Amino acid sequence: MSENSIEARVKKIVVEHLGVEEDKVTKDASFIDDLGADSLDTVELVMAFEEEFGVEIPDDAAETILTVGDAVRFLEKSTA
Amino acid sequence: MFSLQGRRALVTGASGGIGSAIAEALHAQGATVALSGTRQDALEAVAGKLGERTHVVPANLSDAAAVDALVGQAEAAMGGLDILVNNAGLTRDGLAMRMKDEDWELVIRVNLEAAFRLSRAALKGMMKQRFGRIVGITSIVGVTGNAGQANYAASKAGMIGMSKALAQEVATRGITVNCVAPGFIESAMTDALNEKQRAAILPTIPAARLGTGAEIAGAVVYLASDEAAYVTGQTLHVNGGMAMI
Ligand SMILES: NC(=O)c1ccc[n+]([C@@H]2O[C@H](COP(=O)([O-])OP(=O)(O)OC[C@H]3O[C@@H](n4cnc5c(N)ncnc54)[C@H](OP(=O)(O)O)[C@@H]3O)[C@@H](O)[C@H]2O)c1
Repeated sequence: MSENSIEARVKKIVVEHLGVEEDKVTKDASFIDDLGADSLDTVELVMAFEEEFGVEIPDDAAETILTVGDAVRFLEKSTA
Repeated sequence: MFSLQGRRALVTGASGGIGSAIAEALHAQGATVALSGTRQDALEAVAGKLGERTHVVPANLSDAAAVDALVGQAEAAMGGLDILVNNAGLTRDGLAMRMKDEDWELVIRVNLEAAFRLSRAALKGMMKQRFGRIVGITSIVGVTGNAGQANYAASKAGMIGMSKALAQEVATRGITVNCVAPGFIESAMTDALNEKQRAAILPTIPAARLGTGAEIAGAVVYLASDEAAYVTGQTLHVNGGMAMI
């Protein structure tokens, strides 16, 4: 995983926002169930992804982003 | 107590009677203040009186694009934003049956919608820094109603409801959202009352006088302070006893 890969950038944002250990931020990790996020955190994360990747994530898409992997896949698709 | 040292505040309507008093009081407690309004010269005059730690950021709050840019301008000028005071407001009075659409719309847009847009923009940075204070200047009229002010009363009641909703959304992040509801206060807004109207109002106020901008500002300073961290979603009535709610 290179420094600048989408996955690395997503993980960095999650670590910074949720204040969790880097090794907990696996692709399967659920923001709410595994990383201790509340609903407000998930909104903040989506806004941080939008800012970092210069994309807009509509509400119905945001609702499907439950894990780190979901976010990576969504962003890979929308920035491709 | 109530020190605002190091805090950065944006006050809308800072060119007006109450807003300039609020800016002065926040500044006196140590805050850096960004002063907004449409009249640049009046804002400069307030800034000149206060001296250091002031910035002038004019904006017409009936213009959505200007509203959306304002928080960013204040943050850029001060390096962030800790306190937002939504104080700007106007009236376009008239009996509802004869009220024009544009008078309804303008009052809602400036008094309520701009307050929402500014709050939404300010919350982004406040969420990140895990601290924020939003204070809306509503009115006794938003709670009691007042003949001839359907638009104004709706905007002020709307601000109270909106503040309660926002307060619930962000309470876990060290951000409080409250309102101050003035009764009759000496200002350009009440200077417009004629002698007959004044004579009718005074007997309804137990304190038997109009209030001052400084008396509203004191309530804002309290709500903006660290000491008020556990007060949120509230409306503090400052009205000389005119309505006890
Ligand atoms: N005075 C009272 O008895 C009383 C009672 C209850 C509530 N209030 C509330 O207190 C607040 C302050 O009122 P005040 O008594 O200090 O009245 P004021 O002296 O008339 O001040 C009103 C302020 O609002 C600003 N404003 C109005 N329209 C604006 C617009 N389109 N864009 C940007 N700024 C705008 C004005 O800025 P510019 O002049 O630079 O445009 C001015 O600084 C208002 O929200 C009012 O509803 C007042």
